[in-house]
Amino acid sequence: MKRWHDMGGDEAGTIDIAQHDFALWEKRVDALMVLCSSKGLFTVDGLRRVLEDMGPDAFETMSYYERWIASVNQNLLEAGSYSVAELAAKMEQVARRGADYATAAAPERTS
Amino acid sequence: MPHDHPHDNGVSASGHPYRTDNDGALSYWQCMEIAVRELLVEKGVTTSSEIARQIEAMDARSPSDGAKVVARAWTDPDFRRDLLADASEATRKMGFDIGPMKLIAVENTPQLHNIIVCTLCSCYPRNLLGLPPDWYKTRAYRSRTVREPRSVLAEFGVLLPPDVEVRVHDSTADMRYIVIPARPEGTEHMDADALAALVTRDSMIGTGLPLDAAAF
Repeated sequence: MKRWHDMGGDEAGTIDIAQHDFALWEKRVDALMVLCSSKGLFTVDGLRRVLEDMGPDAFETMSYYERWIASVNQNLLEAGSYSVAELAAKMEQVARRGADYATAAAPERTS
Repeated sequence: MPHDHPHDNGVSASGHPYRTDNDGALSYWQCMEIAVRELLVEKGVTTSSEIARQIEAMDARSPSDGAKVVARAWTDPDFRRDLLADASEATRKMGFDIGPMKLIAVENTPQLHNIIVCTLCSCYPRNLLGLPPDWYKTRAYRSRTVREPRSVLAEFGVLLPPDVEVRVHDSTADMRYIVIPARPEGTEHMDADALAALVTRDSMIGTGLPLDAAAF
């Protein structure tokens, strides 16, 4: 039986050829995937495993790089690169910096 | 996993409307990207400059790299032979960083048209052509290309005579294809640089044809 991600041959409508420019955060997700796999932290198969296990709803409700960062994160947790507690603390810290990406991604001033 | 998008009504904390391009309200997943990246830097796994260099390297890749490969295949018979035998090695020798993936070049002829897809995900010769277009990753392209390639081609404006065979190549994470389109007629006088300008991204995916030399 084929799983949801194996879309070959399914009925589908017209191809939407609209293109968006990749945002910085998307390029960073892409870079993290390439760097972490080149360092041996996980493989492209590991990336795919988590993406496929997300199921069809994630394909419809999350953007491409949203699914990728979720998978990169899951793989890094499994690799022991950091803990769930460390991630939660860091995300809380990031969210406190500001309500938009540019502010939240800016390095914190120590002064 | 919690999914607590902040709801901002399109207005920033300082009361200004967000730009519609890259500066929307911080989403849960953007927050995760920042956190993961910073944790990896803090743990010494990578550095900010290494991430910046990787982004620059990816941004620098574009279909013009692939176009150089195609134009050389059109003008250098020995290279064409090597490319069709082992595209990873032949393009590496041209100086392209192909990475660990296996690259396979498939050549269009008057009797054969090739088109590439990744039905499972989004596998694409990204080290040669840059990141894939959004449509390459859509459900519609992934589903229909293996089922009704001629109708997909028609949507892209490629209308082939019925006696031309269409061959669909389904990529995998480890094996990526690039289409070597047929050299357009009337280009005998053109050198490789001029020819490369005729080679579009879509002509190397198979959803397009090279530009008409008469337009130049």
